[in-house]
Amino acid sequence: MDRYLLVASSLCFLAAVVRTVLSIRAGSFRPGRFNFFAIAAGFALQTVFLSVRGHALGRCPLTNLFEVLVFLAWSLALIYMLVGPAYRLSLMGAFTAPFVFLIQAFALLAPIDVRHGGKMPANSWLEFHASISMIAYGAFALACVAGIMYLVQDRQLKTRQLHSIFYQMPPLSDLFVAITRLLWWGFGLYTLGLVSGFFIGQPLPRVQVVCAFGVWLLYAAILQGRHLRRLAPKRVAALCIIGFTVALTLLWGITFSAQVH
Amino acid sequence: MNLFCVGLSHHQTKVETREHFAGDAETRSRLRSAGCAEVLLLSTCNRVEVYGASEAAIDTAEIARCLVGRGPTPAAAAPPVFYRHEGDACVTHLFRVASGIDSMVVGETEILGQVKKAYETAHASGTAGPFLHRLFQRAFRVAKQVRTRTEITRGSVSVGSVAVELASKIFGELRQRKVLLLGAGEMSERTARALVSRGVADLRVSNRSLERARELAGAVGGQVVAFETWTQHCAEVDILISSTSSETPLVHPENLDPILQLRLDRPLFIIDIAVPRDVHPDVNQLEGVFLYDIDSLQSVADQSLVQRRQKIASAESIISEHVEDFWKRFFREDSLPDGSAAPVSGSSISSQALRASES
Repeated sequence: MDRYLLVASSLCFLAAVVRTVLSIRAGSFRPGRFNFFAIAAGFALQTVFLSVRGHALGRCPLTNLFEVLVFLAWSLALIYMLVGPAYRLSLMGAFTAPFVFLIQAFALLAPIDVRHGGKMPANSWLEFHASISMIAYGAFALACVAGIMYLVQDRQLKTRQLHSIFYQMPPLSDLFVAITRLLWWGFGLYTLGLVSGFFIGQPLPRVQVVCAFGVWLLYAAILQGRHLRRLAPKRVAALCIIGFTVALTLLWGITFSAQVH
Repeated sequence: MNLFCVGLSHHQTKVETREHFAGDAETRSRLRSAGCAEVLLLSTCNRVEVYGASEAAIDTAEIARCLVGRGPTPAAAAPPVFYRHEGDACVTHLFRVASGIDSMVVGETEILGQVKKAYETAHASGTAGPFLHRLFQRAFRVAKQVRTRTEITRGSVSVGSVAVELASKIFGELRQRKVLLLGAGEMSERTARALVSRGVADLRVSNRSLERARELAGAVGGQVVAFETWTQHCAEVDILISSTSSETPLVHPENLDPILQLRLDRPLFIIDIAVPRDVHPDVNQLEGVFLYDIDSLQSVADQSLVQRRQKIASAESIISEHVEDFWKRFFREDSLPDGSAAPVSGSSISSQALRASES
């Protein structure tokens, strides 16, 4: 029954995607209130879904891959709602909505919503570890979205083919500042999630620990390169996309290897 | 009551003809004497138009006579062709003019300010009454709607403004940005002035002739740097505007790449206005460099103009909706504030082009 909430939420994100595609095809793209409200409605429905599921489970709803993906989509929308307006990145909604829609559509269509037999015991450290890590993933996902925007704009400037969407993009320098901040936020939260993982009172599978450290090291390397000014903004943007793709793949692996998450 | 517009524009006439008919301080009173109950004169560099309302039709030739000002008599042998729009056609024409789709540069916004100013002048002098008041207030609304719904004004259409717009798209706020002018040509001076007007404070001028460099630096509020040291400054600046008369490229990947390694975290925007070019085209392949020569700036300007022209159909559709609605409201409220009847609808009057002789 709670899946209907998620279907409705996905439709809200789909509406934002359709609106964006239509306006780009009409050659008059501009981020408007419609996209913001569609994403806000989608986010509200996601929140209700997670709340209903959480009450039913008696714990944070991160017990299978389906819930992990929904939580990730929710984190992405949450970070967008917090960061987008603050950095005047309203266009980011146009890039975020398809991302969220695809994650949720996959979660809904794939047979991954495997329910556990009995009620799982609540473990506040485990829930904190899992949820904070997911929010960090949301920040990394949004850095990836900003990275795509950066590369799109960089390409248009290089090729001198300035399409309708170009005029709605935030300046390259502002976008790069947003990418850097999102990376720092994501890295900080992920570190917190990683450290809290050692307090859950259960032995952690080696593969999980290795994957989690792998992601941490990857983002640490990107931030170090940025901090030492060894990486050009375009490379940082590209690494945000590569980094998140790797992180998402490893998350899949972690979730499969331990159905506890 | 007849609502009409009689005029000349850049479409049909040359500037010397338009300036001859640009009117003077007495034009409005002459038009009133000729029988116009209400009159508004719109005189810009691209058009001279009279918008009026009158009980009886006034001949175009008579209006043309009233428009003859103090400007020199044009040398053209044939008398100019004035266009005349009445009723619907007059309303449509005004809405098109105010929206910028009848302008020489489609989508330019200056015309709306000029129309507003013309209306204010007519209002202040008491020649614009209830007919023109309603018409022009609606025209301002239409222009605003066309602008926001079609984005017809988006993108820059001149080389200088494209350069400034691109700089803003790359760097955002330009206040903290550093600019190096290599060469002191007229075009680079114009671009530099545009950047200064957008807040650029750190402007460096480097030229083979130190005297010319000092002159330009003084004019744009910059500092002179020795021509031999321009490569060192490339490591610090964000925007390089080049316009020297060098026969061979001064900037090429080999001498720029080592400099870029010192400033990996910041993009470099190069505007090459020189012909022959000062910057080798391969420089654009370097990471973090955006190179625009005069042709590519012109190409961006042309793209914007094409995009603007593509919006004309949407703008026309908004305008026709408003024209219909304007008349509906006009006839619904046909008892105007002064108790007179509403003007004759455009449906009963066809627009006509009449020849008017100067004499």
